[in-house]
Amino acid sequence: MVSVNEGLLVGLVLTNLFYLATGRLGTYVKLFIVQTLLVSFFGLVVNQGYLSTRVIILSVIGLVIKAFVFPALLTKSIRTAKLKREIQPLVGFGTSLFIGILMFGLSSWLGSRMPMPVEASSRLVVPVVFFTVFTGLFLIISRSKAITEVISYLVLENGIYLFGISFVKEAPMLAELGVLLDVTVAIFVMGIVIRHLRTEFESLDVNKLSTLKDWGV
Amino acid sequence: MIFSMNIGFFGNFSSVLQVTLALVFAPLLFGVINKTKAFFGGRKGFPLLQTYFDLAKLVRKGAVYSKTTSWVFRAGPVVSLAVVLMALFFVPMGGSRSVVAFEGDFLFLAYCLGVMRFFIVIAALDTGSSFEGMGASREVQFSALAEPALLIALAALAKNAGSLSLAVTYSGINFSSWLGSGIVLGLISAAIFIVLLTENARIPVDDPNTHLELTMIHEVMVLDHSGPDFAAILYGSVLKLWVFGSLFVGILLPVKSASPVLNTLVFMTGMFGLAVLIGVIESVMARMRLTYVPRFLLGATAFAVIALILVLR
Amino acid sequence: MIASLMLLPVVAAILVFFIKRQSWSKRILVSTSVIHLTLVLVSWNKPSPAIFNGWFAIDKVGLLFLTIVSILFLTASIYSLGYLVRSTEPRAGKSDSAFVACLLLFLATMTMVTACQQFELLWVAIEATTLASAPLIYFHRNQHSLEATWKYLIICSVSIALALLGNFFLSISISSLPGVASVSSDSLSGHGSMVLSELLKRVPALESSQIVWLRTSFVFLFVGYGTKMGLAPLHTWLPDAHSEAPSLVSSLLSGASLNCAFLGILRAFQVCGAAHQAQFAQTILVSFGLFSLAFAAVFIVRQNDFKRLLAYSSVEHMGLLSIGVGLGGTGVFASMFHAVNHSLTKAMLFLLAGNLLHVYGSKSIQLVRGAFKVVPYTALLWFLGLFAISGLPPFGTFVSEFLLLKTAFDQGRYFVAAAILFFLAVVFVGMASAFLKIVMGPAPEQISVKHSKSAEHLFLIVPPVLLIIPTLVFGIYIPPFLKQALETVARLFGGI
Repeated sequence: MVSVNEGLLVGLVLTNLFYLATGRLGTYVKLFIVQTLLVSFFGLVVNQGYLSTRVIILSVIGLVIKAFVFPALLTKSIRTAKLKREIQPLVGFGTSLFIGILMFGLSSWLGSRMPMPVEASSRLVVPVVFFTVFTGLFLIISRSKAITEVISYLVLENGIYLFGISFVKEAPMLAELGVLLDVTVAIFVMGIVIRHLRTEFESLDVNKLSTLKDWGV
Repeated sequence: MIFSMNIGFFGNFSSVLQVTLALVFAPLLFGVINKTKAFFGGRKGFPLLQTYFDLAKLVRKGAVYSKTTSWVFRAGPVVSLAVVLMALFFVPMGGSRSVVAFEGDFLFLAYCLGVMRFFIVIAALDTGSSFEGMGASREVQFSALAEPALLIALAALAKNAGSLSLAVTYSGINFSSWLGSGIVLGLISAAIFIVLLTENARIPVDDPNTHLELTMIHEVMVLDHSGPDFAAILYGSVLKLWVFGSLFVGILLPVKSASPVLNTLVFMTGMFGLAVLIGVIESVMARMRLTYVPRFLLGATAFAVIALILVLR
Repeated sequence: MIASLMLLPVVAAILVFFIKRQSWSKRILVSTSVIHLTLVLVSWNKPSPAIFNGWFAIDKVGLLFLTIVSILFLTASIYSLGYLVRSTEPRAGKSDSAFVACLLLFLATMTMVTACQQFELLWVAIEATTLASAPLIYFHRNQHSLEATWKYLIICSVSIALALLGNFFLSISISSLPGVASVSSDSLSGHGSMVLSELLKRVPALESSQIVWLRTSFVFLFVGYGTKMGLAPLHTWLPDAHSEAPSLVSSLLSGASLNCAFLGILRAFQVCGAAHQAQFAQTILVSFGLFSLAFAAVFIVRQNDFKRLLAYSSVEHMGLLSIGVGLGGTGVFASMFHAVNHSLTKAMLFLLAGNLLHVYGSKSIQLVRGAFKVVPYTALLWFLGLFAISGLPPFGTFVSEFLLLKTAFDQGRYFVAAAILFFLAVVFVGMASAFLKIVMGPAPEQISVKHSKSAEHLFLIVPPVLLIIPTLVFGIYIPPFLKQALETVARLFGGI
């Protein structure tokens, strides 16, 4: 049978590559919804054998918060900022996509080097987790709008969440809650700061945040 | 590895028949594409057999050669047609094996297509006109990005089948392999489809109908050819579409029944279905901005790389 | 006892948030810090029992760091009595109460960090300190502090996320152990326990495939918590955040929260040590420590902003702490002692910097001159502080740094010792020139005398004095209870 697990994971890889290739903020939010759905379905599929109430509740809560609340907040933020695109990222989109392909190769290699002492649902899980984490980090570094940085942070958290639910037998419940709590509070705090950024700097360009320097008065 | 030439002439009747069918039916593809576009546009469009009439007309005309051109300009169309005719012998069509096969022939195929493109390009550069030069540079840039996609996709396919020969690879694909490694095959076919659109100058990479010279890519390269030369180029391009199409349809519709007639029929349906699909895409989408095309092609490469990594694990 | 230590500041924060009157906020703040410190000092004599199945317990390391946090918080709260009064910006009482509430929450979260024995809870606590301190940095509401807050939030959140991944890897590495799993499995998480004591029992029996995961987890935990600790090259948020925050917040950040992040690394190091991977971890600690030292030294020379100068000095001292633990043996003792001394000194210096900033209205060393004439007490303490922070006798920092160097020499690691000496010298040159420029020379004309008198309010001078006295004492005589505590701690991490 064609593996549904692998299909979902490959879908995740494709969404990451899409993130790297596009510059439209609206697309980022839609991609985030798709990614969240993929990760949640993967969690449900992988833990089919022991779907305890805990797993179901966590997945549902996570899904609701991440697929509805966050996109709503982000879209509102984008609309108030009247921002549509990343105009000048630090690394161009074509180059980002190319680097993304290299990162996927690197994560596959890293994944193959990590011996699995426990039953993994698919050989692809660890590489895809690494790839999502790398994508999130790369996006944070290379994009120059504050809202994109927040979304990239969410991508990073998605990768970590994926790892958590893939090994839910071993991974601690508290940390899953911790991820949710962390992301929720972080989003709210960042949202508030973004609002202030817009008023103070009149732009959400993070490259302008370079007034604090080491030399010179 | 791949250079231990094991040229086997599996030239049974079916394979040769496939080549003949290709030679005869390829120009029909353009007709089908155009009819589809006309259908979407509420027009009648030109007749299905128009390409045949065009070829006949062109062959009867005389050629005009500019004084700035040299033998390269005259050689271009001839060589390109010859090479693509050779490529036909290596592509498995209609569920049969290809006429000639050896280990690693997918690389040979890619390079045949490369030689064909190369000769058209240098013929265009030979005219000394900057228009052709512009078209040539764009074409070469896009092909440079598309080639890794094609090679990696075919390599992934070969690794999946465990053999470096196209014939063996394609004969090994059937519907059950879709069940087993469907994701890989899906990614590979997506990559090949994108390369097909690029190499055959289709929307969203290039618009074959554009009459604005600044937006042409492929059209402008062949602008100066006339008469039998242009006929050679036209015939070469339909054959190239047939080659790519068979690569694509071979993965998508791997019908391997006992009767070769059934296989051939399914294959033909697939090819013309592909033509309809291309026509639909051309009617529904607009051409992409030139600056987006590299990203699009990198996407194809990404599909192919993912497929390769999945196969390697 | 532990519960009351953690809940007390939370309750106080809620009270402050709802009672918006400034006078009440300040009273609650000071009284909370006094009670907190008293409880902590009582715990030295009467260790409090573990709660929640061993998830919360204060061991000797935790107690040491907790005491530092508590003392620093007390001095900061006394300082705030003078600070909030004289704040010249027109500020509604409302935002002051939010500030005090966040301060109390900051105290609560840092207490939680020192009391956590379970790795995930530790992670939650450290993340909570980030979120609690972000509004504190943004107190001045201008462009600079906003930029600093944004960088702080993004960089620390990303690093904490990586630390979470490290936690996950840790749980993978202990997971399929036979036999022991049934004994210590945690009812709440349904799998192998992540409590430190349980981990230390299970980890020596790991097979090599699990060791890979353990090492990877240490790397991720180190990167994650190390960013929060301020190790180079992950320290980029530190100079901005520590210099833009109000001075009493900077004192807490530099003196207390960096230590809490270090505690996270120390716990991971404990687990590694038990799994015989100590050398792997120590190499990482020493290399990052040296790198931080080098980085800080480069940026201290010709630094123009004195609060950034102090921030880079924190980076330098964190590097020293890391090297100390990485060397092992008496190095760990030196490192822990240095943590105590550095926290006290750095907190004092930041409080004094606040005074200077208020009087001169600028953080630029070029403009701040002649402090002896304008603010004599502050300047005197500032001058003594130079000695303290550079590790000169008779201060405690001299003893700890000397011990560190001695360990390096004893172990035959001459390169490390030479590097430390070289960078410390560079740092001394940079800091001395900056510090002396500030205190010596003629005062600029714009400073009014009346202004300067109010700057030397009692509440603003007493805390720094309270902080420098122990540092002075420790340079000559280490009280036995402290020595014993340090030795116990050092033994935990493969020390003496």
